[in-house]
Amino acid sequence: MVAAGSKCRTCRGPAIIDLPRHNANFCAEHFLELCRRQVTKAIDHFKMFTRDDRLLVAVSGGKDSLAIWDLLIELGYQADGLYVGLGIGDYSDTSADYARAFAAERALNLIEVKLRDDYGYDIPTAAKATRRVPCSACGMSKRHIFDKAALDGGYTVLVTGHNLDDEAAVLFGNTLHWDVEYLARQLPVLEARAGFPKKVKPLVRLTERETAAWCIVRGIDYLVDECPMAVGNKHLAYKAALNAIEETSPGSKAGFYFNFIDNMAPLLAGRAITDGHELGSCSNCGAPTTGSVCAFCRLVETASAHAPVPVELAMRKGRGKK
Amino acid sequence: MKVLLRNPRREIEVTGPRRVHALLAKLDLNRESHLVICNGTLVPGDAELLDTDTVEIRPVISGGA
Repeated sequence: MVAAGSKCRTCRGPAIIDLPRHNANFCAEHFLELCRRQVTKAIDHFKMFTRDDRLLVAVSGGKDSLAIWDLLIELGYQADGLYVGLGIGDYSDTSADYARAFAAERALNLIEVKLRDDYGYDIPTAAKATRRVPCSACGMSKRHIFDKAALDGGYTVLVTGHNLDDEAAVLFGNTLHWDVEYLARQLPVLEARAGFPKKVKPLVRLTERETAAWCIVRGIDYLVDECPMAVGNKHLAYKAALNAIEETSPGSKAGFYFNFIDNMAPLLAGRAITDGHELGSCSNCGAPTTGSVCAFCRLVETASAHAPVPVELAMRKGRGKK
Repeated sequence: MKVLLRNPRREIEVTGPRRVHALLAKLDLNRESHLVICNGTLVPGDAELLDTDTVEIRPVISGGA
C-alpha cells in the first residue's frame, strides 16, 4: 500500500479514516478522541446519566453495543452488560462468543438471558408461530427482557447501542408514514416511568461507520455478519436510501436527525403513543400493559407451545404460514 | 490484490494499483456503508492499494433497530 496523502485534521500525521460529514480526516489517536468527544457531548447534552448511575448495556456482540460498552468503561462509568440469546442458529452462538470474550478480557460483568432456556422459545419459532416478521418478535422480546433485567438488577439506566444511522432510518420510516405517535417518542432519552427504566442512546452522534472504525482501531472483535433474519427488512432499505443521499451530500443524516430533535420533537411533545394511556399491570408477569396480559406474555404463550423451528425454515418465503 | 468481501463472505482478485475510493466505485459499494482494511490497518479513501496487498472491505450496516 502507498501511504495516503490525506492528513489528520488535528496533528497533520497520516490519516486512517476520512469523515466527509466533518469534512476532515483523522489519525487513529485523534479519531478515537473525536468519538469520545461525541459520546460525551451526547451524554451531557441530553442529560443521559452521571458517574453515580449504575448502567446496564444491552449487548449483542455486534459493533455498536461493544463500542458503547467499551467507551463507557473507558470514560469511567459503571456499566454491566446484558446479552439476550435469541436462538437464531449459528448467528446467535457466534454473537454470544463475541460478547463473552469482550467481557472476559476486561473482567466485566455480563448477564445472560436465553429465550429458549428461560422462556421456552426462540426467534425463528416465534416468527413462525405468530405469523409475524422475525424482527417484530425479536424487538418485543428484547425490549421486555431489557426492561425487566434493568429493574430487577437495580440499574438506574438502560443503555442501547443505537447509532445515528439507526435513529435516522427509524425517523425516515416514521416520516414516510407520518406516524406522529412514534415520531413523538423518537428521542435519545426516554425517562423512567412506572415499570420502565430510563433508556438512553449515547451513540446518536456517531454513524455506524464510525462505531465500526472505533472497534477496528481499538482491536475489538465483533460479529461482522448480518443477522440472517434481518436480511431484506425495511430498516436496511431505509439505511441504504439515506446513505445514497449521504454520499452525495455529506452531513445529511445528522442534519435530518438533529434538526428533527431540535425543531420538530418539541412540537410533538405529549403526542407519543404512550402519552395519556393508563397502564395497568400484566396479570402474569406484572409488566405495564394496556390489557390484562402483556404482549410479551402472549408471545411467550404462543411461541413456547409451537414445535421448535430451525432458522432456515423460518427464513423461507411465506414464513408466516404454517 | 486479494479482496475479502462480506455478507456473504467471499474473496475476489482485483488488479492494482488502485485507490480505495476507486475500488469501492468499481465494486459499486457505497463509501458511507463500508470501511476498507489493508494489511490489517484501516485506510482512508485516497490510500493507494497495490497488487501485493490483502484488502478487506467491511460492511458497517446492521439491520436491527
